[in-house]
Order: sequence, then structure tokens, then C-alpha cells
Amino acid sequence: MTSTTLNPSSMTADWRDFLALTKPRVMTLVVFTGLCGLLAAPGHIHPVLAFAAILCIALGAGAAAALNQWVEADSDRLMKRTAGRPLPAGRMEKTSALHFGVGLSFFSVLTLGLATNWFAAAILAVSILFYVFVYTIWLKPRTAQNIVIGGAAGAFPPIIGWAAVTGDISALPIALFCLIFFWTPPHFWALALYVRPDYANAGIPMLPVVAGERETRRQIWGYTAIMAIAAFAPVLLRLTGPLYGTIALLSTAYFAFLAFRVFRSQEMDTTKMKAERALFRYSILYLFVMFGAVVVDRWVIG
Amino acid sequence: MTEQNEKPLDQSVIRTRQRSRAVVMGLVLGAMVILFYAIAIVKMTGGGAS
Repeated sequence: MTSTTLNPSSMTADWRDFLALTKPRVMTLVVFTGLCGLLAAPGHIHPVLAFAAILCIALGAGAAAALNQWVEADSDRLMKRTAGRPLPAGRMEKTSALHFGVGLSFFSVLTLGLATNWFAAAILAVSILFYVFVYTIWLKPRTAQNIVIGGAAGAFPPIIGWAAVTGDISALPIALFCLIFFWTPPHFWALALYVRPDYANAGIPMLPVVAGERETRRQIWGYTAIMAIAAFAPVLLRLTGPLYGTIALLSTAYFAFLAFRVFRSQEMDTTKMKAERALFRYSILYLFVMFGAVVVDRWVIG
Repeated sequence: MTEQNEKPLDQSVIRTRQRSRAVVMGLVLGAMVILFYAIAIVKMTGGGAS
């Protein structure tokens, strides 16, 4: 039996596998948007506390990722993209991942509360619980709109960063929340279009699997339009100036152009989906540029 | 059992992993001590967020 030969090594997993469990690459986006929320907020925060706040947001995201993989160990085994993760590959015991995730969750929330304020800590706790229970356990295996609601979990970091400074939330962090929230569907569905066979194998009802390519392309285009409104909301509400406005106009226009190409494409062969890959890759850059622009703009004004 | 021959190898692999995990854990704990010390000092000197 393969499981008995795997057991000795999985009982003492390598520390690198614990690190992999936190999805460090996804964390970079979380850290960046959280940092931007913190830097865009009015008021002063000591650099040490700012560092602690960003660290806690990153650890909270890592905890959520670990718990997500604990829940999805079985379905991850069925997908090429995820089969090499520590749990499906049998390099780690499931319980270790659970303990690691729960421990990291408590640590990140309590430390954020002690270092900054308990309002920010409460939002971090809500975002972890939302990602694990509402997205991973409840919606992801049940509905094709899973990624839309699940995107809310990824949209929390700028709000937490802001709240760490001010102790409350206002219109700008909510606009930033909406930007990530409506950015998630086009971003993720562009990927889902060309890894569709994977999701079909694992039985996860991603939109391209359930509603088909045509509908996915239409919805990518639709959500891009709503995302554009969220992108210009800070300008319309006069929360940011012309610098952000100009950058938002140019980078959102290019996003819309790529999304339109995906919308018009008839490509059925997943290996030839150039437009989809281009949109997915650009969407990550887009979010970095937009959040960077908010901070620079706020610093120019203030 | 075929695993009998592999046991010493497994043991040494586990020992190496345990050692590197202990080192990493030590570094993490050390970093935590410094972080909490710094947070405490900042809080006590009134440099916290207003």
C-alpha cells in the first residue's frame, strides 16, 4: 500500500511544505493591497505597528490558505494544477495542516488586535472565517458564482490596512474593496477558461464547466464593466486626484480591451487560449498599478 | 516487509527534517520575541495609532 510507505515522511513534514501551505505567491498581492490601504489612510501609525499589521494580514491570509487546502485535499488530488501541493502529494498529515491553519489564524488575529486595534482584528477574523466557511466549504463546491462571493475574502486586506490606522472604515477603503471584488471574476474566470478540464475532473462547478465558454466570456465582459465603475469611484467621489484618474483611465481601458478580446474569442482549444492567458497575466499587474496609484495620489494631495 | 531495508534511511531523513524544523522554529520564535518587544516599547512610549 502506498499510504504506509508515505506515512513516515508525511508525519514529519519539511518546514518548506508548511510555507507552501500558506500560498506565498497569493500572499504578495494580499500584502501589497493591505499595505496600500494602510498607506492611503489618513493619520499616523508607528512604523513598527504598521509592520506588525501587514505581517498579521499576511499571516491571516496564509492561515486561510492552509485551512482551504485542508478542506480541499481530496479534490486537489484530482487536478494537475494542485496535485503537487503538500497534502495531495502525501508529504504532510492532514491534521498538521489543520493545526497549523487554526494556530496561525488565532495568532494573526490576536497579534493584530494587540498591535493596532480590535476593530481591524475583527475584520481580519471575519475575512478568514468567510474564506474558509462561506467560500471554501459552502459555496465553492455548490455554485458557479462561487468565485464572485469568494472574491470578497480577497478584497478585505485594504480595509484591514486602513482600519489598522484609523480604527474605522470610510468611503475610500470600501471603493478599494469593490475594485478587488469586481476584479476577481474576470481575473479568475480568464484562468478558469484555460484550466477548465482540471476543474471538470475535480467536479468543482466553475462557470466554464457549468455554464459553458460563451456564458463565461459574456460574464467576464460584464464584470469588467462593473469593475471599471469601481475603479473610477474614488475619482467621482473626489477621494483621489487627477494622477489616479489618469492612471485608472489608461490601465482600465487596456483591461477592458483585453477583456473584450476574450469576450469576442471563439477559441475552444484550451492550449491555444492566448487572449485568456493575456487577460489573466495583465489582471495581476493591473491591481498592483491601481493600488500603487491610489497611494501615490493620496501622498501627492496630502 | 520490504520497508525493513528502508527504515534507517527514513530515520535519517526524519532526523534531518526535525533538525531543520527546530532551527526554523527557533528563528521564528526569536523574531516573535523581537516583534513583541518592539510593539510593547512603542505602545508604552505612546507611539501607537491614534
